[in-house]
Parts: sequence; structure tokens; C-alpha cells
Amino acid sequence: MTRTGILLLGLGVLAGCSDSWNNPYPDSQPDASVLYSAFSERPKHLDPARSYSSNEVEFTGQIYEPPLQYHFLKRPYTLIPLTSETVPTPRYVDTAGNALADDAPAAAIAESVYEIRIRPGIRYQPHPAFARDAAGRYRYHALDAAATADKTRISDFEHTGTRELVAADYVYQIKRLANPRLSSPIFGLMSEHIVGLKELGEVLEKAVQDNPDAALKLDDFALAGAEVVDRHTYRIRIKGKYPQFIYWLAMPFFAPIPWEAEVFYAQPGMADRNLTLDWQPVGTGPYYLAENDPNRRMVLKKNPHYHGETYPVEGGDEDREAGLLADAGKPLPLVDEAVFSLEKETIPYWTKFLQGYYDSSGISSDSFDQAIQFSAGGDPQLTDSMREQDIHLITAVAASIWYVGFNMLDPVVGGLGEDRRKLRQALSIAFDYEEFISIFLNGRGIPAQGPIPPGLFGYVEGVAGLNPYVYEARGGSIQRKSIETARKLLVEAGYPNGRNAKTGEPLVLYFDTMASGPDAKSRLDWMKKQLDKLNVQLVVRGTDYNRFQDKIRKGNAQLFEWGWNADYPDPENFLFLLYGPHKKVGTGGENAANYDSAEFNVLFERMKDMDNGPERQQVIDAMLEIVRRDAPWIFAYYPKSFGLRHGWVHNVKPNLMANNTLKYRRVDPELREARRAKWNRPVLWPIVLLVAALVAVIAPAAIAWRQRERKTA
Amino acid sequence: MLAYILRRVLYAIPILIGVNLLTFALFFVVNTPDDMARLQLGVKHVTPEAIERWKVEHGYDKPLLLNVQAQGSAQFTDTIFFQHSAAMFAFEFGKGDDGRDIGNEITTRMGPSLAIALPVLVIGLMVNITFALLMVFFRATYLDLWGVVLCVVLMSISGLFYIIAGQYFIAKLWNLLPISGFAGGIDGFKFILLPVLVSVVAGIGSGSRWYRTIFLEEIGKDYVRTARAKGLSEVRVLFRHVLKNGMIPILTGVVVVLPLLFMGSLITESFFGIPGLGSYTIDAIQAQDFAVVRAMVFLGSFLYIVGLILTDISYSWVDPRVRLQ
Repeated sequence: MTRTGILLLGLGVLAGCSDSWNNPYPDSQPDASVLYSAFSERPKHLDPARSYSSNEVEFTGQIYEPPLQYHFLKRPYTLIPLTSETVPTPRYVDTAGNALADDAPAAAIAESVYEIRIRPGIRYQPHPAFARDAAGRYRYHALDAAATADKTRISDFEHTGTRELVAADYVYQIKRLANPRLSSPIFGLMSEHIVGLKELGEVLEKAVQDNPDAALKLDDFALAGAEVVDRHTYRIRIKGKYPQFIYWLAMPFFAPIPWEAEVFYAQPGMADRNLTLDWQPVGTGPYYLAENDPNRRMVLKKNPHYHGETYPVEGGDEDREAGLLADAGKPLPLVDEAVFSLEKETIPYWTKFLQGYYDSSGISSDSFDQAIQFSAGGDPQLTDSMREQDIHLITAVAASIWYVGFNMLDPVVGGLGEDRRKLRQALSIAFDYEEFISIFLNGRGIPAQGPIPPGLFGYVEGVAGLNPYVYEARGGSIQRKSIETARKLLVEAGYPNGRNAKTGEPLVLYFDTMASGPDAKSRLDWMKKQLDKLNVQLVVRGTDYNRFQDKIRKGNAQLFEWGWNADYPDPENFLFLLYGPHKKVGTGGENAANYDSAEFNVLFERMKDMDNGPERQQVIDAMLEIVRRDAPWIFAYYPKSFGLRHGWVHNVKPNLMANNTLKYRRVDPELREARRAKWNRPVLWPIVLLVAALVAVIAPAAIAWRQRERKTA
Repeated sequence: MLAYILRRVLYAIPILIGVNLLTFALFFVVNTPDDMARLQLGVKHVTPEAIERWKVEHGYDKPLLLNVQAQGSAQFTDTIFFQHSAAMFAFEFGKGDDGRDIGNEITTRMGPSLAIALPVLVIGLMVNITFALLMVFFRATYLDLWGVVLCVVLMSISGLFYIIAGQYFIAKLWNLLPISGFAGGIDGFKFILLPVLVSVVAGIGSGSRWYRTIFLEEIGKDYVRTARAKGLSEVRVLFRHVLKNGMIPILTGVVVVLPLLFMGSLITESFFGIPGLGSYTIDAIQAQDFAVVRAMVFLGSFLYIVGLILTDISYSWVDPRVRLQ
């Protein structure tokens, strides 16, 4: 047999050993119910008191269980119990502690009391913090540095245990929000609402200063606003009326933490090996973190003690048609394991998705044209190549908004005078965000009509909900007003043809941005072009993120671009961005435009405490009219997210509020394995070609070498 | 020689202090402790009190370089610079802003970095030297000419292109290797093949040209003429004499980078998903994690100094005429 024949035979044998040479999961079982996903940025915190970013909640949401959750299928978003028996309704009391009626005016309410009863029998994941010896003593609560020296992972501890979830664990976690060592991002906000939390924070701060090296025993400190009623019931007291608090009870911030976990991780040597609660969570959720290597991969495995939640049986007709009720009533979670691999670059991520090694994927701008095409009607559709691979498109309008803010303290564009309003309205018309969405977002957005995005109470669909200062209804559709209208408004604002009517000076506006690079340049050029239509000059002031934030805080910007993602599905979470007392300048609040309208503020104070209903809608409509007229923002667009999933992944429905949807996913591993094998057959001819090319290059060289050597000899 | 090494080690201390001071100054010109706190706490609901608390908790509530309110030596020691820098000289890097132990991270990540860097160095050296010797052997022929042209072409292409092309053809089009990822032990072999191959190919152009120049310089020397006059074959002349003497500058270049192999490659690790020290540094810069940036710069400087000392020692080892005094 020739050498080439042997080589080909060898390659053939190798190819036969494995259908997929490029499989990035060497230890995977083809038929296992495992979901494969990726993360692009490693999480910074997995402690529910600290984690807030979406890339962190992706993990904590599956491990920790707050008392409430969002229904997976129902829209509008509906809260349902998770560990609690019911969704609590607040009980109102006055300053004397007397009970008030449910419809009592907000001014009369001194406190709202939430009593939450959790279901008995819920148990924590297996963890060494709960392990006890035969005598009932904790095995791993009194370790010294020598005993922990060889422990680098939780699995290095031989014994594990569990215990029942109790109300005290929830109260313990609420106290943790005030722990100065944790720097919880919501402590500032919650200390305004939970009775006694601010005071507890001060006491703990002092305790830390007095004894910097000692561990804080939170059970030794009382919190008036959170108390245990009985083994399975706890009570939270909120200052005044704060109906939005109920939504916070669906976030991991209010998930339980067992005291045993804190004692376990506080032992000598643990933190040096990253064995901390911030990196090794202990929860009651459907999954536990079995492998935690944020530099490479994180693996969630099914919690063997999970409390038997079942797949929802209620859903709409659309859900039924989409097969989202096929698993109704089945015990959760449906997938045994989820593997998240670190993938920082979009090219490998996209390639692995196409090869079937990731079950779902977003669509980056690089791969957009490969994945999506638009129909004649402008609807996004998958390309033929995607359809051939049985890839499905998932779209959703995010509960978010992007806007261009005017600094209302600025002498040129700010203020509530009629001329300034008209200037801002004119600029709002000039910025053609329909064009922007088409050019820069590949259609992934909806032009915004106000601060409240679709899907939230207060948003009005269609022509009835248009912004009459920027748009008009034509033939039943929403059309941007003409640039002529904008020019007229500019004249009325005192800037005919873009020049100051009094001085003749051209109107020059300054746009502060942290965007940079070639992509940003084209966007910024587009913005300049929009104002060119009005003969107004736009000067772009690029800066880094820190300086940009600093400018906004100090009110030194004139125009700026900013966005907001909903924390919870309530219009208050968007309208508060325009509430005067939340101005960025002076108070450090979230009102970056420093908009302060007395009539808006009064309505906001009324609206925030109201229950959803026609009366609240009326107030919201009035507020929207005010902000549309005053135009402190150019309402740019509500982003639309596009995602892809393979045909073997089931039960995918975008839920922009819920963060614990992994438990509903189902995969078909046999189908996945078959497709992976089909899509990833190694192509061997390049190796043969390479060897042949090497031989072709080396052979003449070797011959020449030999000839030379002979000549020398 | 011992005295020489000791002297060089003592010289290293002010250099490391200087590097540390420079890193500190550059970092805090761009980022204030408030900025760092905001980045860690997120953009939502962050109050000034929360920022203050974060700074106290992480030791960034002190003056940067000089504490005028303190007395005596505390004016210098009760500062961010001293508190965050002094322990590094004992290789205690402390914790990153995400709470993870930096020393532990470095130890864990060195392995994957070395798994790529070491084979790239060894295979790259072998390939480059062989190719350079071939060009020298066929000097002034079409093989030499096209070899040099090939080197120039290879040198002219961006490193990123090799990565993307390698991933596209080998991993995506031909399905021969995983496009990215990493695994420990024997499973890791197929993950390092592609980055090693890409890195070696990307280095052939510059490496081979450099070695060719060295060998061409050697080949014109008297001892080579003498060797030829003794009737030695060209292969013997090249591999026994030219290669041995040409190794001095090669060794110098290699020894100096040896300690730095631990630091990994910034781009390669990021594109191939290698959890090494290169990607650790990039992540820290992006996250404005001063503790990690400072530790990595310190470690890099330290290893570079070690590399220079090793180079000096290797000089005296390969060339007996060199004496370290």
C-alpha cells in the first residue's frame, strides 16, 4: 500500500471513530437531556443581594426562589406564587396602627403590611453547609484553615445535607440587603420603603467599623420592617403605599438565604479559594450550580429536592397552537442539565449555533443578513438556509425605551417656555427614527410614541396612542409629521431657518455621546443629517463612559442618548424617569433630563399608588399628553429582540420579566444528535490536499538538496 | 555571578515600584474611585451613599497618594496607593472588585495560557528555524526568493485574519476541529490544535525572515569557510556550525519571552475561548478592575525582569567569552 493510501485509510478510521471532530463537548452524552447555551460576559456576583445584571440573573434566577414569579405564558404579565401559597395583598394601617380599607386614600396610609406564607416542605439543594453528623452537629461549621486547605470546589466536601425552607430565611435575606459589606444595589431604594431598613444599615455600618474583622451575625440585629410570624409566615412592613413592591417580591433580591450558608462560607481559607456565597449559591430552585468556572463554563444541574412545581396548564389559543401547552401539568424542570460556555466573540458563537452546538442564539449585526430577510410587507422572516436547518425565529418587543434627552436645565434647549417646547417638538419631528430603525437596527425596533413601551399597562396601541406633536394619522396609519411642520415650529421657537431671530447666529446644538468607532460614526453622521434638514448644526462631543455619566450627573450635557429597561411591568417604572424630585442634578435620581413639571409631578404622585384600571389609564393619558407636549425627550424607539432556536428546543416564549424560564425548556436530544452528526461530518480532502502540496514543495527541494550535496562532495 | 544576579534583583525593586506608580497614575487619571464604584454597582438606583459604602468596603475611600490629614508615615501608608500596592511585593494580590481571589485566578489560568503558548513557542521555533535554514541552503535560488516573498506576504497579513480564516476553514467549513473552547487533560488536545496551528502559521513570516538574516550573517564568517575547506557537507556546516553559533541571538530572544509565556495571548485567548491570563487582563481592563489590572501589570513586569536576568545568564552559558560581573 502506498503512503497516500495509508494516510487516507488512517483518516478514514479517525473519521469513523467520531462523526463530529469539532464537537466542543468531549464529555457529553448524546442522549442526555442537556441544554447548551453560552454567556459572553462572566457574572460578577451570584449573591442574590448583589446580582442585578441580566447575565447574573440568568443563573441566580434558576437557583434562588423569591416568593413570587411571573406566569410563563399569560400576557399581560401576571404574578403568581412561587414558594408562597398565594400572591399577598397588602393590609393598610394608619399612623395609630388601625386597619384601613383597601381603597383608603394613599395619604391616610402609614404602612402597607404584606404577610407572606410560604408552602411547607420546600427543601434546599444538597450542600455541605447543611451536612450533620450522627449526633446532629454540623459537620462543616467549625473548620480551620488546615481543614479547608484542600477544598477548591463544593464537591470536594464529602457530605451534603438539606433542610426545609422557613420564613426566617426570607427575613434573613432582607436584612442582608442592609449589610454594608455586600453593597446591595437596591439598598438605597429599599431603605426608603421598608420600615427600619435604613436604620438597620446604619447600625450594621457602625458594627462593621467597630469590629472590622468580625463576621456580622444578622440574627442579632432586629429589623422592624421584616419579622417572622411563624415557621412558614413572615411579614414585611412598607412605609405608606407602594403597590410596586409586589413586583420586587418576584426578584432574586427577596429570595431566601439560609444562615448555615453564611456560616459555612465565613470559615478560614474559604474566600481565598473563591468559596463564597457570591460564587457558590445555595438555593431551593429547580437547578443548582454544579460547576462554576466563570472563565470557561457554568453547569446547572437539576436540584434533586425540587418541590414539584408543574408546567402551567393555562395559556392562550396562540400558546396552544404554538405547542406551548404540550407539556402542561408535567413536573418541572424538563431539562436535567444546562451547560453555559463562555463565548466572548460573535463568530465562534454563531458558528457553533449553526453547527448545532448551541441550542439557541441571538442575531448579531454580522450575521443578520444570513439569518433574516424581510417580506414585501416588511415582516422579518428567516432566510431559506435557516429554514432548511429547521431554525425558528423568536421576536419580542422589549420592555425598554431608547430616547434622546434634552437637558431641561440648559439655557438653549431646556425650560418649559412655549418657545423652548416648540424647539424641542421641531427637533423631535426632524429625527426620523423610522429611517434609523431601518438603517441601523435592521428593523429591530418600533418608533416610540411616549415613555411607556408596549406590553405595559398605560400603553395605547395604534393611532389612538400616537404622539400628536410628532406624528399624525393618515389613512389609518401613523405617519411622522412633515419637515415643513418642523420648520414652522422652529420659526415659532425663534429660530427661522435655523438661526436666532434676534442675533442672526446659527443654532448650534451639542450632542454628548459615549459611542465611538466606525459604527458609531455612521450613526452620528445620521443624527447630524437629521438636523441639517432644519439647518441646525449638531456638534458631537464624544467621551468615555465615566465622563459621560459625570456630565449627566452635573447637568453639563445638552442633548444625550439614553435608555431604560423595565425592572417590573408597571408604567411607574418608566414615568418616574420624568418625575421632578428624581432629577439627576442635585438629587442623583434617574431623571437624566432634569425635567420638572409641576402638573406632571402631581399626576405622577397620584398615578403611582393607583391600581390598574380606567381611572389610572386616564391619569396616565394626561401625563403622556404633558410629556409629549413638553418633549423633554425625543422618544426614539422601543427595541425589538430577535432570537433563534433550533427545532429540537421546545417551550420558548419570550418573557421579558421572568428570569426563571429555564425550568420550562425541553429539548429532544435524539433529534439534536442526528442533526449534529449530519451537519458536522469532517471534510477530509483538505488534509490530503495539504499533504500533497507539502510533498509537491518538499520533493523538488529535497531533490535539489541532494544534487547540491553530491556536487559539493 | 551570584553577586551579579543579586544586584539585578535589587535593581528590580525600584523598577517595579516605578511600574506600579505609573500604572496607578494612568489608571486613576482615567477612572476615579467613584467611577469604579458605579461600574460595580450598576447604573440603576445607585445612591451617593451606596457609592461611599462601596469605596469604604474596597479601600478606595482614602486619598490616592498622600494623606495630608494623617500624621508621620501614615501620610504615605494610609493611602490607596500604599494599601493596594505594598502587599504585591509579597505576591499577595488580594481580591478583584468582583470578590474573587486574584492569586487563585492567576494560578488557575496559567495552565491554559501555557497550554497554548508553550507549543506555539516550541513548534514555531522548529518550523521557523527549519524554514530559515532551508532558505539559507538554497540562498540566491528561486526557492530562497519565493521563500522570502512568502515570508513578506505572511508578515503583511493581520494576526486577526489568521484567526478568522483558520476558524472559518478548519472549524466551520471542514468541521475538523472545534472553533473555540477548552478542556482540561487529554480532552484539551483538540481545543489547542487550532489556536496553536494558527499562531505558528502567523509567526512563520517574521520568525523565518529574522532567523534567515541571522544565519546568512553567520554563513559568511571565517569559521564557516574553514569548515567548508575541511570538506564538510553543507548540511553539516549548517546544522553543526551555523545553527550552533546562530543560536546565541535566537536564544536571547527566546529566553526573554519564556517567563512571559505565562501571561498568555490577549487576542488568541479571547477568540478561541481559552480561559488564560490574556483574557483575564482584557476582561479586567474592560471592567475597570484596578486590582486585577495592577496585579497583571506587576506580574508582567516582574516576569520580564526575570526574563532579562535569565537572558544574561544564558549568554554566559552559551558563549563562554561573556562573563557576568
